[in-house]
Amino acid sequence: MPEITQALIAAADLVASGDSKLLAIIVLSLRVSLGAVFIAALIGLPLGAALAVGRFAGQLPLTVVLNAFMGLPPVVVGLFVYLLLSRAGPLGPLGLLFTPAAMVIAQVVLITPIIAALSRQIVADAWHDYAEQLKSLGAGLTQSIRTLLWDTRFSLVTVLLAGLGRALAEVGAVMIVGGNIDGVTRVMTTTIALETSKGDLPLALALGFILIGLVLALNTGAFLIRQTAQRRHG
Amino acid sequence: MALSLSITRRGLFALIAACSLFVATGVRAEDPYITVASTTSTEQSGLFSHLLPQFTKARGIQVRVVALGTGQALDLARRGDADVVFVHDKAAEQKFLDEGYVVQRHDVMYNDFVLIGPKDDPAKIAGSKDILEALRKIKDSRAAFVSRGDKSGTHAAELRYWKAAGVDLDAAKGPWYRDTGSGMGPALNTAAATGAYILADRGTWLSFKNRRDLHIVVEGDKRLFNQYGVMLVNPAKHPYVKKDAGQAFIDWMISPTGQQVIADYKIDGQQLFFPNAEKP
Repeated sequence: MPEITQALIAAADLVASGDSKLLAIIVLSLRVSLGAVFIAALIGLPLGAALAVGRFAGQLPLTVVLNAFMGLPPVVVGLFVYLLLSRAGPLGPLGLLFTPAAMVIAQVVLITPIIAALSRQIVADAWHDYAEQLKSLGAGLTQSIRTLLWDTRFSLVTVLLAGLGRALAEVGAVMIVGGNIDGVTRVMTTTIALETSKGDLPLALALGFILIGLVLALNTGAFLIRQTAQRRHG
Repeated sequence: MALSLSITRRGLFALIAACSLFVATGVRAEDPYITVASTTSTEQSGLFSHLLPQFTKARGIQVRVVALGTGQALDLARRGDADVVFVHDKAAEQKFLDEGYVVQRHDVMYNDFVLIGPKDDPAKIAGSKDILEALRKIKDSRAAFVSRGDKSGTHAAELRYWKAAGVDLDAAKGPWYRDTGSGMGPALNTAAATGAYILADRGTWLSFKNRRDLHIVVEGDKRLFNQYGVMLVNPAKHPYVKKDAGQAFIDWMISPTGQQVIADYKIDGQQLFFPNAEKP
């Protein structure tokens, strides 16, 4: 497969040239996906912890639904958000369709269940170990949730990385709600899809390598921060 | 312990603040822009990246292109999610106009469809100038044929040719007829990988890179004419339509300047689109 060698060379060339258009696309990808992870974490982490610690009606069905929604099909989410944001839809007046904000919304829908379901599991395990202790200290529900989330923070970083990975790799939803508009909503994955349709397979693959490299770099960074922090604070 | 904990916490908040700042810097005041629902052929052939900067320079309006098949592009306009439609399926456009979703239709330019096929040419049609005869031979020899199957302008044209050739597609369909439901590029990738015949617009074909052993087998039949039209989405139906900016784009496209810009676009010295708007 000479295409792979060609793609590797093209990827190296693209990175070395510091192409400003490519840079803008990478920055937009990061901006959209980090924004989505940030919002999804604000919703997903407390929700997951509450599901792990609290006792309330509908807890079990909600847990099952969240677990199942980790596998939401991006195209369906994209279509759903499209119909919501379309001028003819309920949120049409906001004019968000075909903007980065629309892509963030779609990705929040996709990754909130992942973050909530995985953090629920992690916090539930910690709760199992510390429930007695927290109760004896007289910690209320909110206090327990905060303590457990803080105590499991190193594991929760992995959860956020899982969400970020899904967001950065996703193409179906952002294609529909973003429209892959040049310079406005074109991100790494939609660029790869576009170059594939143009039949420029080496370039498409080269962009793919750059995306994988980016995800690898982000994970390495998170790993190093986690290691340093863990060593320092146990 | 308490001290080190607070340091980490502070670090975490700093990280979150930095992330938020990075995410938020993308939000800024926007230049005036319109959204154009168009076809993959105009975008992927590179016409838009040649044409739009010149329009923006002349009129100070940014153009955001959402490139889809003609069927999908019309659907976008029907929902009011675009200001202007620029597509190539005259029959569907006329119907759209009659239904009142757009206010006026203008011819802009044309190019032509070409029948693409593998070098070994199992249906023995290479060099033919008769698209209908060629399609009949493909059907008779059960040679592999890839269809867009996505209600695009090219798909509509393909179905018209089968009908005109007297082929009842529903009856003749078999494993040889591959309905891929995909855009021009992906369909060409499929045809290239399987050595199949496929109908394509010349613009996309010329800019397509993964040809393998595909080449043009039928071209030059007058019936392969491919007309592009431009229409303004009806502001009476959709109050958000940017009427003036959209109309400015249409006026510029059919003006002598716009028409000349279209004629100037070439790949490897070959002109891709031929302007044919009526003189205003």
